[in-house]
Amino acid sequence: MRVGLVIVSHSAQLADGLVELAAQMAPDVTLLAAGGMDAGPDGVSGIGTSLEKVMDAVSGADAGAGVLVLADLGSAVMTAEAALEFLGGPENVVLAHAALVEGAVAAAVTAQSGADLELVKKAAETAFTPVDGPVQGGTGGGTAVVDPPAPSGAGNGAVSAELQLINPMGLHARPAATLAGALGAMDVDIEINGVDGQSVMMLMTLGAGEGTTLSVTASGSDAARAVDLVRTEVENGFGEL
Amino acid sequence: MVGQPLDAAWAIAWLKLSAAVVAENRLRLIELDRSIGDGDHGENMDRGFAAIVAKLAEETPATPGAAFKLAAMTLMSKVGGAAGPLYGTAFLRAATAVGESATLDPAALAGALAAARDGVVARGKAELGDKTMVDAWSPAVDAAASAAAAGADGAAVLDAAAEAAEAGAVATDPLTARKGRASYLGERSAGHRDPGAASSALILRAAARAAAGEAA
Repeated sequence: MRVGLVIVSHSAQLADGLVELAAQMAPDVTLLAAGGMDAGPDGVSGIGTSLEKVMDAVSGADAGAGVLVLADLGSAVMTAEAALEFLGGPENVVLAHAALVEGAVAAAVTAQSGADLELVKKAAETAFTPVDGPVQGGTGGGTAVVDPPAPSGAGNGAVSAELQLINPMGLHARPAATLAGALGAMDVDIEINGVDGQSVMMLMTLGAGEGTTLSVTASGSDAARAVDLVRTEVENGFGEL
Repeated sequence: MVGQPLDAAWAIAWLKLSAAVVAENRLRLIELDRSIGDGDHGENMDRGFAAIVAKLAEETPATPGAAFKLAAMTLMSKVGGAAGPLYGTAFLRAATAVGESATLDPAALAGALAAARDGVVARGKAELGDKTMVDAWSPAVDAAASAAAAGADGAAVLDAAAEAAEAGAVATDPLTARKGRASYLGERSAGHRDPGAASSALILRAAARAAAGEAA
C-alpha cells in the first residue's frame, strides 16, 4: 500500500506528461492526472482546472495510504484547495507546496519506497532547494564537476567509498531514483559528490556520466549498508549492462 | 419593499438571473480583464454560469443551500480561471452557512454573505484594497449586516448589499492591484476597474432582483 499522487495542472498535456515521467520511476505508485478543464463537446480539455477532475483523481489515487496533491500555478492551487474543502478536509489528502516537476518526481520515488504521506510530502517540498548543492549540474551527461567532500571531514563511524560509474548512461533519472528511494528508507546521512544521496533531484543534478567517480560518504546506523547498496548498484551498472 | 421569501425558488432565480446578466456583460468583462488581466474573465464566467443553467434544467435544488452547492461545484469545474475556485468557494461557504434551511431570514442571509466573503478571502488571500473581488464583497457584507440589524427584510438586505458592491467595484478604479494577474502591472493597473469586483457587483445585484420578484 503506497501513497498515491495527483497532478493538477492547467494543461491536460502537462499533467499527463508529468504522470508519464514520474511513473517511469515509480511503477507501483498510483499517479493520476487532473489537467485542464472538463472536456468540451469537441472532446478537448481547454486550459484551466476542474474541481470534478481533481476530486475524481483524489478518490482514484487513494489506495489507503493517503494522497499527495501537487498543483502547478495560481488557480490550479486554488482548485486543489477547494477540492480538499469540498471533500470535507480529509486528513489523508494533503497539498504539497512544491515545484511541480521536481516535486512530483521526488514524491513518486519516495512513495515507491513505501514512505508514509508525511515523508512523501516532505520529499516533494524539499525537492528543489538546491542551497547545498550544484544548481547548474548535468548539462547533458557530461562528467560532474563537483567538489567532493573532504574525506577527513567525515566524523566517527563514517563510511566512505570511491565508486566509478560503468554503465553508459551513468546516473540518469532511473538509477538516481533507485538510489534515492532505497537510501531514503534507511537511517543514514549520505552524500554523493557533495549532494544528498536521498534526494533524487539532487542526484540528477550531478549529471554524472559513464566514467565519473562518485565519492560517497555516509554516517548513521545504516551507513555501512547504505554504502554497500550504492557500491552494488554502481558495480552492477544499475542493471543496465 | 416586500420581497420574495428567500427560498429555493429565489436561489434558483438568482443563479439564472446571474447567468443572464453575465452573458449580457460578457464583452464588458472581457474588456475590463483585457486592460489589466488576460481577458478571459467574461468568457470564463459566461461558460460557468451557462453550465449552472444547464444543470438546473436537469435538477431542481430543494433548498437555497443545495442551489449554492450546485453552483459551487459547477463553477469550480467549468470556469477554468481563478474565478472558478473563488466564486466556487464563495458559494460553497454560503451553502455550508445556511445548511438545510428552506428559507433564509435576513440574519441568515447576512451570515451567508459573510461566509462567502470569508471564503474568497481565504482562497485568494486578498485583502480589502488589493483591487479584487473582495473590494465588492466586503462592503456588501457590511451593508447587509447593517440592514439586517436594522430590521430590513431579505430583499432590502440584498438591495443594500448590491448597492454597496456596485460602489465598491467603482472604487477599485484608482487602486493599484496587489493580487492576481493585474498585480504584475503594478501602477499601470490604476485607472481600470477590477473585473472580479465588477462581476461580483453584477451577481449580487441579480440576487436583489430575484428577491424583488424578478424572474429569470
